[in-house]
Formats: sequence, C-alpha cells, structure tokens
Amino acid sequence: MARSTESTGGLVFDRSKRTWPNELNILIALIVIIAIFEILGQTLPYMNEQSFLFDSRDRFDSIFNEARLRIIILQVAIIGIIALGVTQVIISGGIDLSSGPLVGATAMIVMSFAQTELVNGGPNPKAVFGQWAFDLPVLLPIIVGLAFGALIGAINGSLIAFTRIPPFIATLGMFLICRGIAQAWTRGKPVSFPTEGYAGLGSGMMPVFWFLGLAVLFHFILKYTVYGKHTYAIGSNEDAARMSGINVQKHKIMVYMIASMLAAFAAIILSSKNLTAQSGMGIFYELYAIAMAVIGGVSLTGGRGSIIGTVLGAMVFGVIQSGFTYVKLDAYYQLMAMGFIIIGAVVLDKVRQERAASRR
Amino acid sequence: MSETILETQNLTKHYGGVHALNEANFVLHKGEHVAIMGDNGAGKSTFVRQITGVEQRTSGTISFDGKEVNFAGPIDSREAGIETVFQTLALADDLDVPDNLFLGREITKCNWLGPFRLLDYKAMRAATIEGLERTAVKIPNIRNTIQNMSGGQRQCVAIARTATFSSKLTIMDEPTAALGVQETAQVENIIRTLKDNGEPLILVSHNMRQVFDLVDRIIVFRRGRIVANLNVDETDGQDVVSYITGAKTGAEFEGAA
Repeated sequence: MARSTESTGGLVFDRSKRTWPNELNILIALIVIIAIFEILGQTLPYMNEQSFLFDSRDRFDSIFNEARLRIIILQVAIIGIIALGVTQVIISGGIDLSSGPLVGATAMIVMSFAQTELVNGGPNPKAVFGQWAFDLPVLLPIIVGLAFGALIGAINGSLIAFTRIPPFIATLGMFLICRGIAQAWTRGKPVSFPTEGYAGLGSGMMPVFWFLGLAVLFHFILKYTVYGKHTYAIGSNEDAARMSGINVQKHKIMVYMIASMLAAFAAIILSSKNLTAQSGMGIFYELYAIAMAVIGGVSLTGGRGSIIGTVLGAMVFGVIQSGFTYVKLDAYYQLMAMGFIIIGAVVLDKVRQERAASRR
Repeated sequence: MSETILETQNLTKHYGGVHALNEANFVLHKGEHVAIMGDNGAGKSTFVRQITGVEQRTSGTISFDGKEVNFAGPIDSREAGIETVFQTLALADDLDVPDNLFLGREITKCNWLGPFRLLDYKAMRAATIEGLERTAVKIPNIRNTIQNMSGGQRQCVAIARTATFSSKLTIMDEPTAALGVQETAQVENIIRTLKDNGEPLILVSHNMRQVFDLVDRIIVFRRGRIVANLNVDETDGQDVVSYITGAKTGAEFEGAA
C-alpha cells in the first residue's frame, strides 16, 4: 500500500477529512431548543418553575416527563410518515404539494372499506356502500389505500417526467383534485365506525411505531440501494444522471409513487387513530411535511438531505409546537413563529452551503 | 502500425443546408493518440458527436473495434467501450468519487431486489482506487463530494472513469480549456499514463504545445473537411497553423477544401 498511496498523492481514506455531518447540526439545534424551553420554564414568572423535559413531581420516580415526550412524538408521527416521502421527492429535485389533500381523499376512500356493520347493536349510520362493504378483512382497505396513493403518485410522476411541467404546478393541480375527491366522495359527510381490526392500526403508540419503522426502512433504501443513489444523482445533476444511462423518467415516477403511497399510508393510520375520516383531513400537512424535511437539512435544490435529518427535523417541529403550548404562547402566534423558524432553517442552510463552496 | 480500433468512411453530417462535416475518412490504431485541431466551426465537435452517437450522421460508416456500428445514443457508445470526457462535465456534485464513477452502472448485490438492489460500496471503492492508481490521478479523499473539489480534480474524476472501466477508446473534448497551469499538467500526466498503458485517445484541443507534447498524429479540420494528417515528428507548429488557416492543404486532400 505504501507505494500505491505515494503514486496517488496519499490516496487513503482519511476519516478526519470527512465533513461534519449535517444531521449533527440538527441534533444540536434540537438539544438547544429543548434547553431554551427548559430555561424559559424555570425563569418565566408565570411558569411556577415547571420543567419542560424532566418530571418534577415527587410521587412518580421517572426522570423525564414521559407524557410530554410521548405526545411530542405522537404528534409528529403521522405527518412524519408523509415527510419520509416528501424527503425523497425533494432530494430528487422535485416538490410534492399534493400530499395533504391526498391524506384527506385516501382517508375517505379507505374508511369506506373499513366500516363495521353494527354500531351499538344498530346499523352503521355512516354507511357509504351496501352490505358487501361491511366488516371486510383489514388488509383490504390497506390495499385500496396504497393503490390509490400509487395511482395519484403515478399521475404526478408521469406529468412531471413526460410533460416536463414544473413539479410545483403538477402537484398543485393534484392538490385541488385530491381535495375535490375527498369532498365529492360522500358529499362532505364524514365516514366513521371502522372495524376493530382497522381501529387497531393507529391506536395508542402505533403511529410512532409505523413512523420509526418506515424511517429505518427508507433510511436503508436511500443509503444502500440503487434506487437511493439514483434519487440523489437526479437531484444533484439531472443531465449527468441521464448521460450515465439512468432512466430518469421512470425513476421520477417511482419516487412520486413511493411518496404518495407513504402519504396514503399516513391517511390510513390517521383515520384509524381518529376512528373517522373527514374530507378536511390533512389540511396543511403537505407544508408541515416539507417544513420537517427542510428543517432536517433537505435541500430544496435537490441532491442533499437524509431520512435521519428529516426524522430530527420532525422532532424539532414537535418540540417547538409542544414548547409553545408549554410556555402558553397563544396558538395564533404559534403559526407565525413556526414560519420564522422554517425561513431561518433555509437561510442557515444557504449560508452553510455558500461557506462550504468558498472553502474549496 | 497495429490493428485499427476506429475507422470512419465518408462520414458526413448536414444540419439542414449547412455541411458541418463532409466525407471524413479517419483511422485510429490501437494504442495511438491522435489530436484533432481546427478553427472554431471547422467540424471537430461535430465529428466527435457522430462517433459517440450524441447525434445521428447523415451518411457514411463508422467501424469500431472491427465491427460496423450504429450508436443510437451516447449510452450505446459507452457500452461499446467509447468513453467521452465532455467539455461540460457530467458529474453529480453531491455524490463522492466512487458514486460518480459508477453512476448508472453500479456494482450491486441481491439483484433480485430490482430497483432496490443493494450497492456494493466496498467493491466500488476498491475499483475506484485501482482506477485512480492506474491513471495516477491524485485525489486526496475519494469520499469527498465533487462540489468540494477543484476544477482539475473534477476533470480528473471524469477522466478516471475511462481507466476504471478499461474502455477501448477515450475521447476528450478540450479537457484543459478551463484549467489552471498545475491542473493542466495533472490532466496531461493522466493522458501520458493512458499512452503508457496503450489505451487509444482522440484529443480535441486548441493548445499547440499540448498537442505536440502528447500525441502521435494530428488531424486538421477546416470547413467540415479533413485537410491534413500529420505525424508530429514530421511537422511543426508553423506547418499546422498554415493547415488550420487554409494557407496549405495536405497533398492527399487536394481539392477537398
């Protein structure tokens, strides 16, 4: 090896030269934000020296305020599932605005196939279909939901790949179409009373289980499979990807399909958790999902970002939401503060990027 | 000279009424380095685009490695073993060196997984290091992403693709046009290494010193025609310039221009 490194100018894998991973920055930001809320809780006069993170009550011997932690992660789990898909779309250089309304539409459709016949001994008052659609095996609504998601994703992807219209426009159109489907499905009436099996999909901490499980799966896929590598390559330099023989059109369709299927899956979990589906479900979810990804360091110009970053971004999102409520910040101001944080995250990323470019 | 690797006969390309390339007869032998020179618009790039399948020729034949070929696109020609380093580099900025070298032709495991088949990072890294060593490309850390590299290093990565895949023919279109002195020297060293390894090369260049330094033979294009075929030992800069400007025309090409 001595000879070979000499001939290549010291071509050895040098761990110290690896760049500081962006995910660490977000983790640090997360810790800082938690610390800020902790300090605020101790110092703000009206807070009575409460603790944000720790359990200060004497009668329980737990260290952390587990109820709060549980709520934080439960709150972001469902939008987090959408964010996993949105992350892939943004890495590939696109954007998906249709995921929120897709949640609404999918929830309505899926719930129609998950209804139970008898409610409190009487017939189901919210029945959508006839007798045949009652008490179906739980797998069926799941398949219907994922198939619907795949269909919407395929339309999104095909529009973007073949007509070359900007992803913003294609998915904005799909945004309205999906919200329309959600409202037209039952003419605005909610769909309720799922079977016991269906209700079990999203009960308790199940959403967190799905979110983290899918996060691990897609982290692995993005990092260690050809699909992942090509997603990064297309977002980084689409022409180079095409010149290298990657079927860019086919790949884009696949990315949008996976993203929409994840949004559809989020709809299944959400409707199961709420035991009902309403056409207005998922309002703002597409923007929250994009925000989680962006806070997590996914670059809107494509090519950069990771699932770990998005999961951390989701946690930042949840902690901030929970923290605002904790310091009794009015809900009206919460949205505004959230907006500032998202803008701040993008500005920081931009500064970091430019600094990296000038260090060359 | 030994066997022929590339031969074109009456290669012609018309863009509408513009005759960008006219009946180009060109032969490249194995292990030979040839430079293509000529003024802007003389047909150099057009010629390269026909060979690599980026464009479809109007008429004529191309034989590569003993067979007549019809490349439908640049991917076809690459699969046949022609590696091209374009002026605009086809690299993905956010990926590292092995990722870029193997883009679109990754070494994989568990191929039954289809698009989700696993990347064999270890094998790709090993092959990358081997390829870089063979070309004597100096890149301090192959795990670095392309965006953190200098122009010269980027060019080297693009060239190292050739070595990694042991292609049969390398074409470089002005590889040093945008580089500094040191970086140019680095690229020229790589070209010399290719020569030592007996890998044939077509070099499109405007740089007279570079051409005389590196290649065996100079082909001069003027107004879409080949006007001279010169051995570097039997010519000088003055001579080549007079062919480029049209003051002279090679004996065997009389009447062509």
